[in-house]
Amino acid sequence: MTGLPGAGGRASDRDVGRAGAPRTLMVRGGDVVDAGGRRRADVLVEAGTVVRVGPDLAVPTGATVLDAGGCVVLPGLVDLHTHLRQPGREEAETIETGGRAAALGGFTAVVAMPNTEPAIDSAAVATEVLLLGRSAPVEVVVAGAITVGRAGERLAPMAELAALGVRIFTDDGSGLQDGGLMLRALDYARGLGVTLAQHCEDDRLVGGGSMHEGSWSSRLGIPGVPAAAEEAMVARDLALVRASGARMHFLHLSTAGSVALLRAAKAEGLPVTAEATPHHLTLTDAECAAYDPVFKVNPPLRSDRDAAALRAAVGDGTVDAVATDHAPHAPEAKDVPFDEAPPGMLGLETALAVTVAAVGLERALAAMSWHPATIAGLDDRHGGPVAAGSAANVCVFDPGARWTVDPARLASRSRNTPFAGRTLEGRVRHTITAGEPVVVDGEAQR
Amino acid sequence: MTHLLSIADLGRDGIEEVLSVAEAFAEVERRPIPKVPTLRGRAVATLFFEESTRTRLSFETAAKRLSADVLSFSAASSSVKKGESIRDTVETIEAMGMDALIVRHASAGVPAQVSRWVRRCKVVNGGDGWHEHPTQALLDCFTVRQAKGAIEGLRVLIVGDIRHSRVARSQVLAYSALGAAVTLAAPGSLLPPSLDGWPVAVAGDLDAALPDADVVSVLRLQAERGSGAFVPSLREYAAHWGLTARRVARMHPQAVLTHPGPMIRGVEIAGDVADLPRTLATRQVTNGVAVRMAVLFLLLGGHGTTVPRAAG
Repeated sequence: MTGLPGAGGRASDRDVGRAGAPRTLMVRGGDVVDAGGRRRADVLVEAGTVVRVGPDLAVPTGATVLDAGGCVVLPGLVDLHTHLRQPGREEAETIETGGRAAALGGFTAVVAMPNTEPAIDSAAVATEVLLLGRSAPVEVVVAGAITVGRAGERLAPMAELAALGVRIFTDDGSGLQDGGLMLRALDYARGLGVTLAQHCEDDRLVGGGSMHEGSWSSRLGIPGVPAAAEEAMVARDLALVRASGARMHFLHLSTAGSVALLRAAKAEGLPVTAEATPHHLTLTDAECAAYDPVFKVNPPLRSDRDAAALRAAVGDGTVDAVATDHAPHAPEAKDVPFDEAPPGMLGLETALAVTVAAVGLERALAAMSWHPATIAGLDDRHGGPVAAGSAANVCVFDPGARWTVDPARLASRSRNTPFAGRTLEGRVRHTITAGEPVVVDGEAQR
Repeated sequence: MTHLLSIADLGRDGIEEVLSVAEAFAEVERRPIPKVPTLRGRAVATLFFEESTRTRLSFETAAKRLSADVLSFSAASSSVKKGESIRDTVETIEAMGMDALIVRHASAGVPAQVSRWVRRCKVVNGGDGWHEHPTQALLDCFTVRQAKGAIEGLRVLIVGDIRHSRVARSQVLAYSALGAAVTLAAPGSLLPPSLDGWPVAVAGDLDAALPDADVVSVLRLQAERGSGAFVPSLREYAAHWGLTARRVARMHPQAVLTHPGPMIRGVEIAGDVADLPRTLATRQVTNGVAVRMAVLFLLLGGHGTTVPRAAG
């Protein structure tokens, strides 16, 4: 096989200037916002690279102009947690449809989770996903499984995957239950310089639970998942990080107790990062009251108090990143009893507006662009700053645009958005991936 | 009434309407030919995705006494076994011209989901997971009212596996809506994880709580759903939480016992207690038919239809 991309391929290696795609772009009339702050500036892009940033730039002859009036011009978003479902569940999502949804959401890179069928636990599957990802309108990198088949029994060939550029390993979809194996994985990962990411749920404490255990589950008669199911594993894994010295990223934290554990661990100096999802920041277990399985997700939607703690933690940086956990499921898979439905909800196309509403623009950007770019090892080409010489991965967001979420009009193959029918404020107007305008005026270009 | 999914759909007025209509149907049942033409030409289907004998027979008897046509669907011998979804099954059965669907399922919320999938059928919750069993609570209230005269002001003690009990959830809503004071008594592992917002008190000591009760609702330990693992042994459960003759002796002489059945004699209720006159289990079963006739009548009878005369 030749011409395969590594997950670590640089932007300049990508297919920029595809047939028909303009090579010179002018993003005009917006405010640039990145880690350096906010300023009125136009952005000139040539051949995949930002070449000039400044107020009132002259438009070069032949340049395509993207209007950013009233908008903020941001480093492209990076999603640490995307289920693209390919290979294996193409009826729910494909790399093409999920990639389009990501671009429409303002993302320029996504980390594809390895709980595909088969799992991404070998170079062969990782290579297939990376190859398919080359034609997506965003950069698709993969996370590898920690254990073979995500079965939690023996280590997957992490060095082989790391050689392909894989930087994050996780058995996401379930937690790695065996603490002894997790410690071994951390020790092994430390030598490779990769990050393990844990889905914290103790299976025995989850039991047969389908929603947050609390007053709503008690009233609705739905078996509950106690907060302790997550917190017990967060506490265990923090102890394992302390023992091994290896880095760990905590996926989709959902409880106030997890936030408290994380805050203490960071104060202690442990090498840990964490993410929360837009839905855990904004929705609660009360959503389950109508027994609509669209609101079933792992970890479950928690209480008001938990959601408030997560918002505060994103606000003060304790939780580093907001990641979507975009988890498409075909409509028929969700048209079943609540406790039989697969967990998961769509997120890519609504994430930025929902997160901005929850924590404000500046915190949302840090949590969705430069922090996750660093965690995923993509900060050489994603996450900004929007400055001359940087890779042209840019999102133009109109914070005042109001729109009502219509599941039928989403680019995802699935319809399981928890925000159906809700009016959101703020919408992505343009997305530029590696210099190519992949979303223009809210329309995917391919 | 659009559907009957939860006691909360009825409110106090709705519950009292069901009970008063049920009085009229209880009278019908005492006639030589206990059948009225009220629902002639209407079709009622029982969709039981979970096995049941008494509830299904009770609903089917109620529908037949109202002269409705009855279609009986059992998941065990059905297309569901072949992989058809519940939604497709429901849509297929409704397409045959059903007017009401009685739905039982082991998962909480299925009747609510079915109510969103149907176009014009009325949906009755025949018991969903741990959630609710509204007609059971209605027939309990009917039976207790018959025995005690009124529900208002009564002290109701619900004993047993409340965590996994759909009957308990419906009873709490129904008894409290009608003005009774409800107390729960169970080992901690068989109480719901949270009682926030429940209009109940919790008794830690069954023996201390029994003398204060006017009504003791005894629940079955649902061993077939794994509830046995929530207590050390059935023997210990029976010793500490079972209604034994010794415990019943602590009750007020006029106090009554109810049980939704099926009873597991020797576990939650001693055999001799089950057969006491104050144990209303058999009357509950009898009244269940009249109460379900009332529910079907109110759902399908339409406006302006009068209840068959109580006298005659």
